[in-house]
Amino acid sequence: MKPETTPSPKSKQTIHGATVRFTGDSGDGMQLVGAQFTSVTGLAGNDVMTFPDFPAEIRAPQGTTAGVSGFQVHFGDHHIYTPGDKVDVLVAMNPAALKANLKDLRDRGVLLVNSDEFDEKNLTKVDYKSNPLDDDALKEKYRLIAAPITESTRRALAESGLTTKEIDRCKNFFALGLTYWMYQRDIEKTKKWLEQQFAKKPHLAKANIQVLEAGYHFAETTELFDAAYEIQKAHFAPGTYRNITGNSALALGLVAATDLSGLSALYAGYPITPASDILHEIAKYKNFNIRTFQTEDEIAAICAALGASYGGSLGITASSGPGIALKSEAINLAVMTELPVVIVDVQRGGPSTGMPTKNEQTDLLMALFGRNGESPVPVIAAATPSDCFDAAIEATRIALKFMTPVFLLSDAFIANSSEPWKLPEVENLPEIETNKIEKGESREGFKVYGRDAETLARRWPIPGTPGFEHRIGGIEKDENGNINYDPENHDKMVNLRQAKINKIADFIPELEAFPEQKGGLLVLGWGSTYGAIREAVLRVRSQGFSVSHAHLKHLNPFPRNIEKVLRSFDKVLIPELNSGQLALLIRGKYLIPATQYNKVRGRPFGIEELEQVIIDTLKK
Amino acid sequence: MAETATLTKKDFASDQTVRWCPGCGDYGILTAVQKTMPELGIPRENIAFISGIGCSSRFPYYMNTYGFHTIHGRAPAIASGLKLTRRDLSVWMVTGDGDALSIGGNHLIHILRRNLDINILLFNNEIYGLTKGQYSPTSAKGTVAKSTPDGSVDTPFSPLRLAVGAGGSFLARTYDKDMKHMEKTVKQAHLHKGTSLVEVLQNCVIFNDEVFEPVVGKENRHNTMIFVEHGQKMLFGKDNEKGLKLNHGTFEIVSAVDNPDQVAVYNESDPHFLQTFEAVGGKNGIPVPFGVLYREERSIYEEDVEEQVQSVIAKKGRGDLRKLLHAGETWQVT
Repeated sequence: MKPETTPSPKSKQTIHGATVRFTGDSGDGMQLVGAQFTSVTGLAGNDVMTFPDFPAEIRAPQGTTAGVSGFQVHFGDHHIYTPGDKVDVLVAMNPAALKANLKDLRDRGVLLVNSDEFDEKNLTKVDYKSNPLDDDALKEKYRLIAAPITESTRRALAESGLTTKEIDRCKNFFALGLTYWMYQRDIEKTKKWLEQQFAKKPHLAKANIQVLEAGYHFAETTELFDAAYEIQKAHFAPGTYRNITGNSALALGLVAATDLSGLSALYAGYPITPASDILHEIAKYKNFNIRTFQTEDEIAAICAALGASYGGSLGITASSGPGIALKSEAINLAVMTELPVVIVDVQRGGPSTGMPTKNEQTDLLMALFGRNGESPVPVIAAATPSDCFDAAIEATRIALKFMTPVFLLSDAFIANSSEPWKLPEVENLPEIETNKIEKGESREGFKVYGRDAETLARRWPIPGTPGFEHRIGGIEKDENGNINYDPENHDKMVNLRQAKINKIADFIPELEAFPEQKGGLLVLGWGSTYGAIREAVLRVRSQGFSVSHAHLKHLNPFPRNIEKVLRSFDKVLIPELNSGQLALLIRGKYLIPATQYNKVRGRPFGIEELEQVIIDTLKK
Repeated sequence: MAETATLTKKDFASDQTVRWCPGCGDYGILTAVQKTMPELGIPRENIAFISGIGCSSRFPYYMNTYGFHTIHGRAPAIASGLKLTRRDLSVWMVTGDGDALSIGGNHLIHILRRNLDINILLFNNEIYGLTKGQYSPTSAKGTVAKSTPDGSVDTPFSPLRLAVGAGGSFLARTYDKDMKHMEKTVKQAHLHKGTSLVEVLQNCVIFNDEVFEPVVGKENRHNTMIFVEHGQKMLFGKDNEKGLKLNHGTFEIVSAVDNPDQVAVYNESDPHFLQTFEAVGGKNGIPVPFGVLYREERSIYEEDVEEQVQSVIAKKGRGDLRKLLHAGETWQVT
């Protein structure tokens, strides 16, 4: 039976966009259907951004709010900047999912629940005294669609020969089928995907396809759904696109950077949420000039990366806050020996173990100052999932050009979020130069810490180069690389190391405010808050206010013109998902009385929330 | 090779003044290594010495090769990153008992388990020297040091026994006063394909002077030391008149004159010999063993990695960046 994708007899409304959140038990396959919905939505030509929200435990007790896993998709016919604040459609596969997510559902939003799971046992697990689906107030506030998803799935697969347990595992595809009908998505793409995914178990592919179709038809025929929605294609620049998460983009960026540098690379890492996916991804690309090394601990990871850099390869390591804390001493060795290493910090909720799967921007000051001594390290932050690709190339470029460790900050939000990415032309990617000393060069005039006049970077003499035998280490050295404890020498070397990092400002783009270079209020951000700030600024502007947005990619050194940009506005507002780390730097460095707005909830900013903050700041 | 054949000990000495305390055992070890290097036939530029922190870890500054004096305990990890990406280099690691076994214990066991082709020289002086005299993880129980005025309470490690448990594939012991034996052992370590761990008993003249005298002291050392060799009977004593017999998993001293047949033959591929020695050596007249105590040929980490890489390349072809970026579900916007 071929499902109808032609217009259904029901009414169809054209809308500009929607936010759908799939929620269920962590074993319910919500991430999977969310990813499918995203993929199909991207292929349909909508702009789309996603955000998974999963518990830290792999399998928290079934049916409890601790075990609820969610996946949010925001899509539309216009530029989509964030995964969305309020949800238009909440899919809740059980009472726990309903309880944990209902607060985010918009008034009159669609509440699509698997009514079969609302039995006494499941209700008790989350302390529902009565069935919320029977609550008139709930029905008043939201558009409740109580669909018997479990039963319908079982009926659809009654003849399949699968066990009940196997059948129940397919019910996420019934829910997906329901939403596909609601938004008139193309069911064929997912069918093909299932066939590929279960190539070795065709009976499971068939079962899931059957259930997907059953869901689609259920929505079409039942009275429960009154209308389907149509969303026009969004405007995209011409090109080839794919959906990409921040971690994937970062992995690809590191592979690309390795390629562009002409070096081999060693990515050394220790498993940690939310950075591990980068290790998993790069491990698949052994046919490129990049190797992965899963080390015994975080310290070994940065040390192995540094050992590789010492040997003339590009050393890379990635971790999250707790792991970065462990790496501090070795990062300082890279500072002292002036060796290029890329250090990725996919930030998560802290301090200590904190909230491993949740999002924060709380490691900025650690990246800048979390080491002993005067230890300047360049810091770059990615703004969106696809920006992680460019940020990885930029971090590598700076590390190799300036012979320095570089911090690349991502976070749990952009790491796991996805958005369409216009694939770059490989020919247009920048070439990355190194300071390597080639075999055959003369040693005459060579000094271990001699410096390039323009960049202040030292050369990179690697083992195996005849005539350049030398010793380096963490002890203070003079220009010739010999141990030197003289007060004047130390002072000189401390200043030189700082001057070199300051020099980077001459080789990075200036800060640009959008859309105006001066005016009433400048909202200054960095990292993953880009989308929420941009959208909020645009919305407030449309109400006639003078407000612009500037977003920092380089946090150390800052762009040369930052002070000028900041002083071109009457007020500066700095929203951050921390307690005011960038605000502290801006006030401290430029004595600009910036207003700060901070939330540390483990979640990204909402657009409506920032809109209000911007208006309040303007009116103050 | 022609060039390297002409190198001498002097070519391996850097222009830096050696700054260990006068009388330190490290001088002897440095000399032995500098003397051995020319014999290995490796161009100087292809040799890298990596160290951690401590007196021993100053070693790279005195070698006219490539050298990296790193941070406390981390030399195995740094050396691993180097060797993994530069299989062409001869990588040497110099460490001490505090550096390798205390702060760097984790990295040490993992380098041994992975078996990268790296040579580790572990200077064991049973004390922290650079920090001016605290007891170390190899100090005998009861060691009176600055941090243990009433004697240390903890039980020490035997580095080699730890290493055999971690999967070390070449484990040897030598000492700072025997130039010939050090040279021979260092050369053996170099020849071994895999991680070689050489424990060098080294005298700290300032903070732990003569701690090894009961074993290596000239007067009685024929009774307290035994030089073992694979396939040779375990003999010791002034005229090799004593032998060791295996008895219920431990050693028993027998007369090699009266009962030569009872003397056991040392087997370096059987870890029980090393383990037994480390349990009973130095007690009840049983001597402390020197020489290559354990040797095993097994695959080398960096070569296994390379093999895997080559097999992936054979299967998928060399990576093509454009193809990689365009992988997965893509769509065109015109």
